[in-house]
Order: sequence, then C-alpha cells, then structure tokens
Amino acid sequence: MKPGLRRLWAIFYRHGALYRRSWPRLLDFVYTPILELAVWGWTMRYLSAHAGLAAEAAGLAIAALLLWQGALSGQLGFSVGFLEDVWTRHLGHLFVSPLRPAELLIALTGLALLRVAAGFTAAALLARALFALDVLRLGPAAFAALALLAVMGLGLALGITALILRFGLGAERLVWTLMAAITPLSCVFYPVANLPPILRPAALILPSTHVFEALRALFAGAPTPLVRAELGMAALLDLLLLLLMGSAFLGAFASARQRGGFLRFEE
Amino acid sequence: MSPASLAEVRGLGKAFGRRWVLSGLSFAIGHGEIVGLIGANGAGKTTTLALLLGLLTPSAGEIRLLGEDMIRHRYRVLPRINFTSPYFGLPGRLSVASTLRLYAHLYDVPKASARIAALAAALGLTPLLEAPVLRLSAGERSRVGLAKALLNDPELLLLDEPTASLDPESAEIIREALLAHRARRGGAILLSSHNMAEVGRLCDRLLLLRQGRLVAEGAPRALCAAHGVADLEALFFALGGERAAPAPR
Repeated sequence: MKPGLRRLWAIFYRHGALYRRSWPRLLDFVYTPILELAVWGWTMRYLSAHAGLAAEAAGLAIAALLLWQGALSGQLGFSVGFLEDVWTRHLGHLFVSPLRPAELLIALTGLALLRVAAGFTAAALLARALFALDVLRLGPAAFAALALLAVMGLGLALGITALILRFGLGAERLVWTLMAAITPLSCVFYPVANLPPILRPAALILPSTHVFEALRALFAGAPTPLVRAELGMAALLDLLLLLLMGSAFLGAFASARQRGGFLRFEE
Repeated sequence: MSPASLAEVRGLGKAFGRRWVLSGLSFAIGHGEIVGLIGANGAGKTTTLALLLGLLTPSAGEIRLLGEDMIRHRYRVLPRINFTSPYFGLPGRLSVASTLRLYAHLYDVPKASARIAALAAALGLTPLLEAPVLRLSAGERSRVGLAKALLNDPELLLLDEPTASLDPESAEIIREALLAHRARRGGAILLSSHNMAEVGRLCDRLLLLRQGRLVAEGAPRALCAAHGVADLEALFFALGGERAAPAPR
C-alpha cells in the first residue's frame, strides 16, 4: 500500500478500533435517524388520519425527514470524528506525524459517509416497515438528494471544525446545535414560499432548501427539468460551501500553527 | 549544514503578537548526539521543540533537519523523525496495541507487528498491549508514548520532558531505552527536562535557555567547570533560574 493510502487507512483503523470498543458510539450511527423517524413519522401518520392531511403529504414529510438525516449524519460523523482527537488532546501527536491535514479531512469524510449510509439504511428500512414508504421508489433523485444533503453536512462540519481550531472547544456547541438552527431555513417540511419574505434569501443560499424544493416537485409530479434545476442549484451551492469551508479550515490550521493552538487547546 | 549535523537551527525566533518568547536561537545537533534543552518553566523549551516539529511557525530564522528545510519541506522530514510529550494525549479508548498500530500505519512502518512486539518487550509493555490507554498509569503511558516515538526508528528523536512525574523505575526504563536507541541507531536525540541529574547522565551537550534566549551551551561537565559551579543544579540556579542575572539582550 502507498504511504498516503496507508495514512488514510490509519485514520479508518483508529476510528474502527474506537467503535469496536464502544457500543454506545456504534449505536449513535443509527440512534438519531431512527428516533427522529419514529417520532415524526407517527406524528405525521396521526395527523393524516385525524386532521385530514393528505396521505401524500405525510409520505412527503417522512421522505423529507429521512433525507434530512443525511445532512445530520454527515455533519455529525465528520465533526465527532474530529472531536474524538480534540477531546483526547491527540491532535498534537497526529499533526507531527506524516499525516497531512488534507488526508485527515478525506478520511473523516469517508467515515462520515459510512455513518450516512448506516443511518439512512436503518431509517429507510424502518420507514418501509412502519409507514409503508419505499424511498427507493423515488428513483435516482432520492440518492442525489441524499448525497447533496450529506455533502452540505460535510461542508458545515468543515466550517465547525475550523471554528474549533480557531476558538477552541467553546465552538463545540455548534456541532450539536447548528443543524437544528438551520432546519427552519432549510424548508424541510414546507415550501420556501411559506417563509416570511425577509427570510427567503437566506433560505435560498442553503443547498438543502433546493433539495427539498426538488423533493416536493417530485412528489407533485412536476416536470423533470424543474427537479433537475433545483438539484443542480443545490450541487452548485454545495460546491461553493465546500470551497469556502475548506479554505476556512486550512486558514484555521495555519492560524493554529501560528498561535500555538496545537500546544494549548483552548476550552 | 555541516555533513555531521542532523539538525541545524539559525536565528530561530517566535513572537506571539509583540511578545517574543524565543529569539536568536542557533545550534546544531550531530549524529549520535543526545542534547538536552534545559531552563525554567516558560524559558522556551517546548516552543523550541514545537518549532522544530513544524507545530508552530517561526517568526524568524531557519530550521534544517536531516538536510531539508523544515519550514518548506516539512512532510519530507516528518516520516524520518518522531516525538512524544506527556502533555499531548493518545486515543484513550484504544488499546496500547491499536494505538501503536495506528502510528505504524501513519509512519508506514514495515513488519509492524514484529516492530510493535519488539518495542513492547523492550519497554515492558507486553502485558499491557490489550489494555486501553486510559487505564494506564502515568509511567505506563509515557512508555507507550516512547514506543510510539521509536516505531519508525527515527533518525532524530524529539522528546518533551520524557520522564516528567515518573517513578524512578519507569524513568530508568525510559532512559535505558533512549541510550539503547542511540547505540543501535546512531541517530540524535533532543530532549527537554527539568531533571538535572538525568540530563547530566544522558546528554552529551546541553542548551540552557533563559527567557527565550540561549544563555549557555556545552558538555555538562565543561559547562559546570566554565562557570565555576559544582553541578548542573548550581549551574541552573546561576544561569537559568528566575533569580539568575538578567539574560543578555
């Protein structure tokens, strides 16, 4: 194996060894997606049966919820993978090894995508068993939506880790709260038009908003070009987010080397 | 850089904002040398090691390690050197064996299992290989740190207080391992320490820092003789302590 690949494998090995010894961490891969799907799925089913909500709307909401887990798992998978080395004061040892920052980012991305796949698979199986919703019925668009949301989660995680590198563990709170904070603007359960006009521009710069607009268009039987246009816009915004947050991470890394951030991690 | 030097530092300085914590530091380390960095807390020992490793970017000066410009070509050098510090952690929930295997992958160590077994035997870690790092005592963790630092058989080994807060037996195991590494590998070691008896025994040469400046350099005995003191502790009080005469500017 080439040294660069072996270094990537080292990070997978490090987290594999950690998860092998810690079942609560392993459970966390599927815990949140299953919990959220169960709570909101049953709520939507109740509303559709008792409040006259159309059955398709309930199905749409459950599908949206299922896909939103992609963004959540992507963000958490990456951020928590990074935090494991912050919590154990291990970053200093890692960054004097031949491991390059970009290699760490690639490995954390791979780990986060594994978490997305595990969480989505568990939640999709549950949605099929409990709510008779087969998300695969949506075709390739469902996978494109999941991938775009996962990439958005990764982009946001890059930004959060940059803030942790710059400001220390005071920024850790964002790992647990940022996705909840942007859920209303992502228009997961309602169209952008439902937001107050003043908030719509902020919503439209989020890739997730376009993914969910595409999903609603798909459920409403809108023409394929419209769905593709929304997904294309989400992909473009994802790319911009990754570039922006990747630069922020590299800037924060350089700043940590300048300020001694790896020697004394601020709380 | 002279052909005999593994490390050569010229005019090295580091400022945080307007405050210079290290300035004008120049020294070289030859093959097979063990060099001690001594000085009071805050004298600049850890800063010097961090600058050499590229964990900090210098504000002034040059660093050449193993013939390479460390500031520009850090990733050419890092696979050939290593470091440990009790102030940096290792993944606590991983077993000792998994931790060493992780670093064997990072340093691309060939025949990793045999290398880990040999180091574990040399450092008395064999019975602890399956124990999680977080359950180890301070002395055991220091030995794991040293095993990690020796995995790639480094040409230059940098150590930050390798025996800090260890009992005499653990400290002795570490000192013996360092001497064995030097004898077998012929590489160089730069270590910081507050233990004057230890540096007197281990080191061929000392660099005494005070308030971020090099105030004395030389072999332990020669330094004591030159400054008319009986031992290194007295030398430390005379030149390196807070109550010593002001450092030259």
